[in-house]
Amino acid sequence: MTMMSIMKNDRPGLWLLAALLLASVMVPLLNLVVPQDSVFHLSTYTVTLLGKYLTYALLALAADLVWGYLGILSLGHGAFFALGGYAMGMYLMRQIGERGVYGDPVLPDFMVFLNWHELPWFWHGFDQFWFTALMIILVPGALAYVFGYLAFRSRVTGVYLSIITQAMTYALMLAFFRNEMGFGGNNGLTDFKDILGFDLRADSTRIGLFLASSIALAIAYVVSRYIVSSRLGLACVAIRDAESRSRFIGYRVENIKLWVFVFSAVIAGVAGALYVPQVGIINPGEFSPLNSIELIIWVAIGGRNTLYGAILGALLVNYAKTYFTAALPEIWLYALGALFVLVTLYLPRGIIGLRNLRGAKA
Amino acid sequence: MSESLMPVTVKKLLFAFICIFFFSGYAVTGFASDIELNEAWKTLSTKNYNKKAHAIEVISQQNPPQTYPAFKAMLEGQLYFSRSGRQLFLMQESDDNYTFTPLFDIDGQPVTRENKRGFKKVRINNRLRTLIRKSLAIIQLQNKDADIRLAALDELLKNPQPESAELVRPIMEKEQDARVLAAMHTLLAIMKLDSDDEREQAEAIATLSESLNTSSINALSNYHAPNKQLDKKVKAAIKKINDKRELYAKAETVFFGLSLGSVLALSAIGLAITFGVMGIINMAHGELMMIGAYTTYVVQLLMPNHIGLSIVVAIPAAFIVSGLVGIAIERSVIRHLYGRPLETLLATFGVSLILQQAVRSIFSPLNRSVETPQWMSGAWHINEVLALTWNRFYIIIFCLIVFVALIMVMKKTALGLQVRAVSQNRKMARAMGVRSEWVDALTFGLGSGIAGLAGVALSLLTNVGPNLGQAYIIDSFMVVVFGGVGNLWGTLVAGMSLGVINKVLEPWAGAVLAKIIVLIFIILFIQKRPKGLFPQRGRAAED
Repeated sequence: MTMMSIMKNDRPGLWLLAALLLASVMVPLLNLVVPQDSVFHLSTYTVTLLGKYLTYALLALAADLVWGYLGILSLGHGAFFALGGYAMGMYLMRQIGERGVYGDPVLPDFMVFLNWHELPWFWHGFDQFWFTALMIILVPGALAYVFGYLAFRSRVTGVYLSIITQAMTYALMLAFFRNEMGFGGNNGLTDFKDILGFDLRADSTRIGLFLASSIALAIAYVVSRYIVSSRLGLACVAIRDAESRSRFIGYRVENIKLWVFVFSAVIAGVAGALYVPQVGIINPGEFSPLNSIELIIWVAIGGRNTLYGAILGALLVNYAKTYFTAALPEIWLYALGALFVLVTLYLPRGIIGLRNLRGAKA
Repeated sequence: MSESLMPVTVKKLLFAFICIFFFSGYAVTGFASDIELNEAWKTLSTKNYNKKAHAIEVISQQNPPQTYPAFKAMLEGQLYFSRSGRQLFLMQESDDNYTFTPLFDIDGQPVTRENKRGFKKVRINNRLRTLIRKSLAIIQLQNKDADIRLAALDELLKNPQPESAELVRPIMEKEQDARVLAAMHTLLAIMKLDSDDEREQAEAIATLSESLNTSSINALSNYHAPNKQLDKKVKAAIKKINDKRELYAKAETVFFGLSLGSVLALSAIGLAITFGVMGIINMAHGELMMIGAYTTYVVQLLMPNHIGLSIVVAIPAAFIVSGLVGIAIERSVIRHLYGRPLETLLATFGVSLILQQAVRSIFSPLNRSVETPQWMSGAWHINEVLALTWNRFYIIIFCLIVFVALIMVMKKTALGLQVRAVSQNRKMARAMGVRSEWVDALTFGLGSGIAGLAGVALSLLTNVGPNLGQAYIIDSFMVVVFGGVGNLWGTLVAGMSLGVINKVLEPWAGAVLAKIIVLIFIILFIQKRPKGLFPQRGRAAED
């Protein structure tokens, strides 16, 4: 199946891909070519911010895939994001090498600080990028597999599932806060120097990370669109709307749920891995259940069950967050809270639903 | 004027003389002992140890209020005298300076110096040290407060000496407090172990086996039995003490677990109503608890002179405030979302953010603390090992009262009947004339009010801050899900058992790891029994 045939019936998706392409061309140009004193110059700070939004969009896409199409309201997707982030963080830590404060060639600073003399076994291999890349996919995927295998096989659904996903990310947060876990405890991993030999502070590296996020989002979108418009996607919707009936017809509900859930977790992990080098830190706070709930809000505000709605929601809410927390910090939580309430009450289909509503009237 | 004044003055003078005449006997003796005492204090700054020993005896016999701090300081080498006036000072050493507080003159200002120039330490030798220890023990053993007497005995028990037994024996008959008396018996029994008479030794072992003190174990393990029979007895006694101590330690763990469980259950009971009975995932539940806690704080601000009473006032106040906020949430947001539980989750999460920010705007983001009233502080000492703190004890009681009251409301009142009717079959209930909207609002108000009550309890345990609710919301959901949604008894059992499991795990896993283990346990438990410990049965429970 060619890409065009996948996207054939997805005009908003095509717009999205076009916008991503445009951004991928314009952002480097405005940042690197346009002189700094020009009005059109894009600061590196903004480039990084945009790159961060794209990783959030990727995460929202992952959440919409399971929530919009499978009806699994995961309140723990932030955990997969954070695990991907930690895997990348470990790679970046190993890259610091002797440039750390304590100058230990192998051990990251926090381990020297804790008086450890050997690298814990799970830190081995993270000096290789290929291994890290594998782990970014495998670790969130494996957690999702084990968790999903147990939960879907036992037919834990609806509210119960939401609450145990929340328990999962909460337990992980508590675990990562412990110094004994070997992931830097409270402070997490930070002070990164370079990635694949490129200096993380250089403008060109930032542009590279932005482009990587953009490409990852485009690929993930096309693949997700392919999945939801395939027979598998139709089965997903059937399960979402009538789980028992689908089971009686003969679908292996738990297997379908499991594989889509794992795929979604992998996307979230990749998003986290792209997020960490751009913001320069990963700490246990990323596991906080609050983050996972906020992510669901992005999807709800954008409009679930559309894929592009989730991306739109993530971009809009995070832009608003950046704006409000700088301009009117007291207002932000009021605004976010009111947004949740109003969107759930009056826009059950999100912002995207507004457009469809108008289309239906016309 | 002056002439008329004179006789009055004379009369007054006369009266004064008469008084002195009558009371002179008393005054003179008092005066004499005062002189003796003063001399004794002065002697402490001399070099002669024999004289000092006499002085210490004189002081401890008269036992003026300064004796205890002075002797204690002397033992620790912190009693100094000024070279100039030979005044006694208590020295306190801090990072880089020394503070000298006058022993006698209460109003005298403490002097802070960088060095000890001008002051000299009151020196003591081993003989004086023993003497002082003994005097201190005597002073404390005669204290009116049983706790201080007990502390003195504990001190004596750490290093039992024949002399200390001599101190205790004469005052034993007058002792009223059972714990102090038991400690005294232990002390005497430890001494008896050293006697030559085997029968007395056997008696001592029997007495010690009843005690729980670690010094009894030490004394028994140091004791060399002269024959096999006694040796057997000693081993049995040690085992008996250890077993008993372990049992009480376990009882204490269970108590701590139950008190934690009560907090969990209390915060979950309200959720069991809104979530379990009404099917609403109320993410603002934690914030309703927070409002209850802040209500307690405000009530205390309003009545600063009646801290003890303020908690009692706060209970209905928190119930009403949280309940009203709950009803407002239900009327404005939730009533549009019935039958869509996941949407209620999102909307109420928005409400929770607004409430948190509102509290930040009104009370500042800083943590506030609620004062624990007198009647809730302290502990109930059941024996040497087991002490139950009152505040935890009251929280368990409070939780049970709230629970019973709630069960009564649900089972015995018209409102409870209607709530159950609406939750089981809304349409049918409406057809029977139940005003389902009104019932919804009141039910949600009831659940929110109970959250407020939980907030009162929490305010006494932790700081009151905008994040108070968030810390408990996940735990509350776990408890409800673990107990079985829609089952109040299940919630209580789940809360209590999770609390106990947590506290049992804590000693060997640490607090954080224990919590992680409990969370994983619940996640796995839900796989086995997706509807919790006590699932609802019957047609209403089916999806």
